[in-house]
Amino acid sequence: MPRRILSIWCANLAIDRWQLAEGQSPAPFALLAETAHGPRIAALNRAAREAGVRAGTMLADARALCPELAVAPGDPGGDRAFLERLTVWAQRWGPWSALDPPDGLLVDISGVAHLFGGERGLLDDAAERLAARGLSVRLAIASTAGAAWALSHYGADREDLNQLPVAALRLDPATLLVLHRLGLKRIGELSGVARDALARRFRSTRAPAANPLIRLDQLLGKVPEPLLPVIAGVVPLVQRRLMEPIRHRGLLDQVLGDLTADLARLLEGQAQGARRLELALWKVDGEVLTRKLELAAASRDAAHIARLFAGKLDDLDAGFGIELARLSAPWCEPLALSQADFEAAAEAHGTSLAACIDRLGARLGEAAIRRPQPLASHLPERAQRWVPPLEPERAAQGQLAFHARPLKLLDRAEPIAVLYASPDGLPRRFRWRGQVHEVARAEGPERIAPEWWRARGSTRLRDYYRIEDEQGRRYWIYRSGLADDGRGGVPEWYLQGLCA
Amino acid sequence: MTVITPLAAFARPRSLPRREALPHWRPGLGGAALHGEVFAPAGEGSGAALALALALDARQTGEERGWLWVQDARAIRLGGRPYQPGLPPALRHRLIHVATRTPEDALFALEEGLRCRDLAFVIGEIAGNPKALGFTAARRFSLAVERHGVPLWLVRLDAERALSSARQRWEARAAPSLPPRWNPAAPGAPAWQAELFRARAHPPGKWVLREKGRQLVHGPLSDRGEDTQAWLRSGLAEGGEGHPPVPRGPSAPLQATLAPAGASCAILSPIGERASA
Repeated sequence: MPRRILSIWCANLAIDRWQLAEGQSPAPFALLAETAHGPRIAALNRAAREAGVRAGTMLADARALCPELAVAPGDPGGDRAFLERLTVWAQRWGPWSALDPPDGLLVDISGVAHLFGGERGLLDDAAERLAARGLSVRLAIASTAGAAWALSHYGADREDLNQLPVAALRLDPATLLVLHRLGLKRIGELSGVARDALARRFRSTRAPAANPLIRLDQLLGKVPEPLLPVIAGVVPLVQRRLMEPIRHRGLLDQVLGDLTADLARLLEGQAQGARRLELALWKVDGEVLTRKLELAAASRDAAHIARLFAGKLDDLDAGFGIELARLSAPWCEPLALSQADFEAAAEAHGTSLAACIDRLGARLGEAAIRRPQPLASHLPERAQRWVPPLEPERAAQGQLAFHARPLKLLDRAEPIAVLYASPDGLPRRFRWRGQVHEVARAEGPERIAPEWWRARGSTRLRDYYRIEDEQGRRYWIYRSGLADDGRGGVPEWYLQGLCA
Repeated sequence: MTVITPLAAFARPRSLPRREALPHWRPGLGGAALHGEVFAPAGEGSGAALALALALDARQTGEERGWLWVQDARAIRLGGRPYQPGLPPALRHRLIHVATRTPEDALFALEEGLRCRDLAFVIGEIAGNPKALGFTAARRFSLAVERHGVPLWLVRLDAERALSSARQRWEARAAPSLPPRWNPAAPGAPAWQAELFRARAHPPGKWVLREKGRQLVHGPLSDRGEDTQAWLRSGLAEGGEGHPPVPRGPSAPLQATLAPAGASCAILSPIGERASA
């Protein structure tokens, strides 16, 4: 989907705000900015401009031109706050909006114009609503933020980007001066010059505002230009209305503890930590006591915050009592759950199975933790396979019902020396790991044929015996092959499992 | 601590007829999770089997949680890995097995398992006396067990009885099984000579333990299919360590009527007292 950006330029924001607050006046009027050399004109209305006053002149010079000029101090901070609110409000036209200081804003309207009857309808709607708020604005829609900005600021009567002055590239004054001295006055002239010549000229500047090539590429959409969105935030705030006004410190500490615990829970839900905290206490006699606190690092430790506030409450004069306490965190920073919390929680409540397996796997490796699963095979070592511990059970038609199986199976069956009465008969005595076992009781054979569809043709069958020696030790042994099966010499005996 | 009389470790259901009323060994002595050690030779499966039986006995019915079996490489080489078709049916499908290279890793895995609330119990199998498994490690296990309520049964293969803080310490060896009824030449249901040589809430003693259903019982099973006479003749039906053997032999009236129950009742006392037959 092609990207579409709406640029809104409040051409006379400070004066518009002033007039909204104080009312329109036809007389010449200007807002001042204090500088090191005295007051200068920061913004002025139409009457003052017609009288010859220009923005940026010293107040004394302006007074010489227009003696009846009324002035008032400007409020850049208020303008900025107003612009931020306006930026959030402008999200009615698109999901993303970004500040364009000092007096503009950008809205990403990709894919939403049809909701307003097309881009023309969206522009009309925006112009109407902004005019209703008493703002004089200029609007433009383009595919990139740079183009939209250029058209809104300089494209009042022109649609052709090439005809716009180079100032439409959002360059700083020093760079503009350089371009003017080079004789490059319009954007179209920049593309007439060889690109590598311009690149050589501005090779030392990386900032986009000082490098016309970067700005040109941004204007044309050749390099991306991310917008930093403005997101409306809510100041986390908790409060307690008290049934009885409190006058004593102990009770106040209790209330403070409750407030910090509430705030900590609130902040935890938002994955935030507080940097600045404000505690306001409303007294019965109509006064408000405030205490502020700043933290070196984002925190939501309720006990820590309460302890810090407690030091600031010593000189508190409760008067006839405090009836409302409010704690807010106007400055928050993202603070994820820390590992220490995990450890403490695991220590107190135990871990879940998945967490336990994760911890084991992290140190021992994934292959060390396994779960046995039955497999449809008669061969003992194939009848179970090892799968990852949390893998779901595989669907099986049914499990083989074995007669009796040992509790543990050796990884590799160990050869034993067996004394038997007859080659195919029961074993009498065997030697395993250097120890002689007399067979007291035996059961068998349980004959298990090799899996001919998997094994080689010379694989021998196995006759399994469950035996118990004279001390009661129970084993599972087998004889590999028969004496006359023609698949090798004398059958060998192996011990494969230890019974319970 | 409550003083527990030796016989209190066994509960004899009164409602059952006497022949069925075998004494039941309750290892937990009150249901609290337990840290136990079972010393066993590496060349037989009795250690792991007794640990499983003890854990299964203490487990409540309807328990759905999994369980953990941790083995170090040497224990696997000596005794093999668990084999699912041979495990007790109640435990067969919930096993999670951890194979570690070193005993230190095994101790780590055991402790992590003890901290997991989704595990019913933990079985560990460690061969020999590794340096890492000293009193401190055992004490850590005891504290973790008591804190999180997950029982631990640590099987020590071919190990010496070094210092430990385990609440129950057993020495297990295989015991001859009772001959099954239909094939007396075949090995029967497993039995273990179990010596409780150190326990916190119970005097030490020596028993022959066997599994009946999900419970550990002491002495021969008196119900059908198990030959009590053969059991008595095997010379294992003796009382506690260092105490005179149970009188048995040709006292005909007793044998004729009460022999199985009488024998089992007499054997049960670890200090040689005869329960009233």
